[in-house]
Amino acid sequence: MRPRSLLFWAGVATMCAWVLVPIWLIAAGAIGGRQGVFLWPKSMLPPEFTFSALAVFLRIEGVGKALWNSVAAAAMTMAFATLLGTPAGYALARFSFRGQNAYRLLILLTRAFPIAILALPLTVAFINWGLYDTTLGVALVHTALALPFAALVTSSLFVGIPRELEEAAWIFGCTRLQAFVKIVLPLALPGIAATGLFAFVISWNEVFAASVLTVRERTLTAYLLTVLSESPLHFRFAGGLVLILPSVVFIFAVRRYLFAMWGIANR
Amino acid sequence: MAGIAIENVRKSFGSMTALKELSLNVEDGEFVALLGPSGCGKTTLLRIVAGLETRTSGRILVGGRDVSDLPPRERKLAMVFQNYAVFPHMTVYENIAFGLRMAKADRTKVERQVQRAAGLMHIEHLLGRHPGQLSGGQRQRVAVARALAVEPSVLLMDEPLSNLDALLRMEMRAELKAVLREAGTTTLYVTHDQTEAMGLADRIAVMHGGRIEQLAPPMAVYRTPATVFVGSFVGAPPMNFLRCQAADGAVAIGALKLACPRNSGEIVMGVRAEDLLPATAGTGLPFEVRVVEPLGSHALLTGTAHRQQIRVVYAGERDVSAGETLHLAPIAGRICWMDAADGRAIEGTT
Amino acid sequence: MQARPAYLPYLLLAPSVLFLAALFLYPLAETILLSVRTAEGFSFDNYRRMAGDLNFASALGNTFLLVGVVVPLQIALALGLAQMLTKITRGREIVLWVWTIPMGVSDLAAGLVWLALLTDRGYVNSALFALGLIDGPTGWLSYETPVTLFVAIVLAEVWRATAIVLVILVAGFGLIPKEYGEAAEIFGATPWQRFTRVTLPLLKPSLQTALILRTVLAFEVFAVVFALGGRNFPVLVSEAYVWQFENQSYAVAAAYAVVVMAISLAATAIYLRVLRVKPEARL
Repeated sequence: MRPRSLLFWAGVATMCAWVLVPIWLIAAGAIGGRQGVFLWPKSMLPPEFTFSALAVFLRIEGVGKALWNSVAAAAMTMAFATLLGTPAGYALARFSFRGQNAYRLLILLTRAFPIAILALPLTVAFINWGLYDTTLGVALVHTALALPFAALVTSSLFVGIPRELEEAAWIFGCTRLQAFVKIVLPLALPGIAATGLFAFVISWNEVFAASVLTVRERTLTAYLLTVLSESPLHFRFAGGLVLILPSVVFIFAVRRYLFAMWGIANR
Repeated sequence: MAGIAIENVRKSFGSMTALKELSLNVEDGEFVALLGPSGCGKTTLLRIVAGLETRTSGRILVGGRDVSDLPPRERKLAMVFQNYAVFPHMTVYENIAFGLRMAKADRTKVERQVQRAAGLMHIEHLLGRHPGQLSGGQRQRVAVARALAVEPSVLLMDEPLSNLDALLRMEMRAELKAVLREAGTTTLYVTHDQTEAMGLADRIAVMHGGRIEQLAPPMAVYRTPATVFVGSFVGAPPMNFLRCQAADGAVAIGALKLACPRNSGEIVMGVRAEDLLPATAGTGLPFEVRVVEPLGSHALLTGTAHRQQIRVVYAGERDVSAGETLHLAPIAGRICWMDAADGRAIEGTT
Repeated sequence: MQARPAYLPYLLLAPSVLFLAALFLYPLAETILLSVRTAEGFSFDNYRRMAGDLNFASALGNTFLLVGVVVPLQIALALGLAQMLTKITRGREIVLWVWTIPMGVSDLAAGLVWLALLTDRGYVNSALFALGLIDGPTGWLSYETPVTLFVAIVLAEVWRATAIVLVILVAGFGLIPKEYGEAAEIFGATPWQRFTRVTLPLLKPSLQTALILRTVLAFEVFAVVFALGGRNFPVLVSEAYVWQFENQSYAVAAAYAVVVMAISLAATAIYLRVLRVKPEARL
């Protein structure tokens, strides 16, 4: 190998390490147990491999429930964002109509505003609507975060599916709905699934709105945030690891769509 | 079987007019090509017939039935798209069977029709594959087979061959003609390629600026263009047009003197490149050769005659070189006279 | 028209519009209203209370400092990574995957990750100890060490959120046909000139998206800061959180929210203006 390319690959490896080593170390912190946390100085490998710390963490009062709430809120967000965003994306991709630009402006506005902060005034309204301190309420706010993204990405998916395919289906006897279900949907499905997963992660990771809108029905992030200052370190590391693992799997699952999604969401 | 009647169809997009009150009758079993440059409205017209585009006014009748306000699926026609529009997630078999399945045909009928259509297009061996595994030419065959499988009374084709390479295009052209003649399908075919239109169509509708300039059988369009536009769009090389001065019912260019339908004033003489034959020096139209392109069976000469650029197909024995001056005489009866002001053929001159 | 009834697009958009009206436009209006309403009527009292608070100035300063340092670092790093990626032929997929993992990591988790590294008895201290640079467990994240706390937050933010910039830029690179760079090379441009004269200008739309997205999110920074420094490093959003919960003063929290929104909007407007691509110069 020539020295230049050696240097290049060393750079690539460094950047991989920059991403991976911190994750490895928090994992080591989480599975190293109580002794691992107080060990000084530390080694790259934890002193013991035990999932007991992780198991203990998951059995703590409130953690299980918070985990369940997080999954439930994320699943609802995924469903809402996909169900509301996909029709909008289709309309943006296939029609030109009056008000189209106004809608695009609305979507753009959501990007320019820190939406999670809007959870603050929602507390009062949510109390009135019976949504305060419910997983559904959290999911609704998270949907507001994920929906504009879902609309943009699905619209780019539909733009990528030639209009002629649908027209051919109409010619050969399909109604609009049949053509969508038989032709467009099967082709767009993987992309829609990736969009849904993305919505899932947006909700899974969101801290602020979830903390503001819940008291007892905490999501995992909200729960961790509130107990952060009074909990021991290995507990915090276990929490961090539990938060990270789904993300790693998720990025792997949607890696093919990540770039296509953002490439066109730019427009 | 059914014909297509297009009656006074007009289409405007906002303030732009794409089609100006246009009427066209395609007889039952006839093949009509809509030929024109891009933006002439030919694809818009086809899509209006298909129901994919709205018309601003006018009527469309298929087999005598007014389909103007019906959605595409109820118009009982088939279509082949420019980019094939073969469904990528279905096998070739399912693609061809699509129209039949939508019409809820029974299984034996689907099987029979798919096999027949695939046989006509010679793609029986591809039925189990997905379109992604096919070449462009094969996909084109699938698209045509899909249209043939429903045994349509009316078939619409939107530049179906334009994405194929030249050799494949020639092959498909011949096959299409044979298959459609056999089936007796009424066909409306959009193309910008005049050889395609000439080769396939019973009649050609040459379109320009949202109207039909001429509707006639191919050779009539070629020999006697209705307008200067048609003459220069149809045929390669395009027809030569020379502006001349008429005097006493004739024009004189060099030593050439021809009777013309105007007594005086300006007139345009149209003549095909292959209809100008070498003549003995001092008798014909002097033609100064600037470029010689040898094309095998003949040479294409570009140069000036009567201070205007013309092209000549030269099939003579002798080699011609640039800078030479030839003398040319048009074949009798092959000259078209056009009005100098509006570019239209002058009636009764050919 | 029969194939496309005119009401169809509106029908398709209606659910999302109604939803965004209820959960975006309504709270937006409500926030603004809440922040200017007091017992006596409309006034800027809440803003006065906010600005009069000891932490306000430092929260404002800290937030701007953080954004000013983090965002340029992320853009530069992501540009470098994206350039590296164009040269990788084998294993590009896996490298890309690794580099984009943090994209799915929440800010809270990222804060916790870096807490594991930077805590008194953490890995960084262990390494420094092994190198003989420190004598024993040392605190970096307290209010007595604002500089190292700031550095830690920057590290965590860069670690976490560079991935999204990378994804946007890689997608942007993918939209630029290779021929432009090759043409520049034929006409004698050096690699650096190719980068600054051809790549960067063509990348402008992607840069704009990345900058807007990152800046808006960076002004929202909250959980990373909270996880690493608790309340030792006040930022705007964490102050809003404190006013909402500890002081139970929704109006002042709303005033903070309005400030954050105003700043975000201003930043977006500036990016849109400065990085404008003329329609006729688009790809």
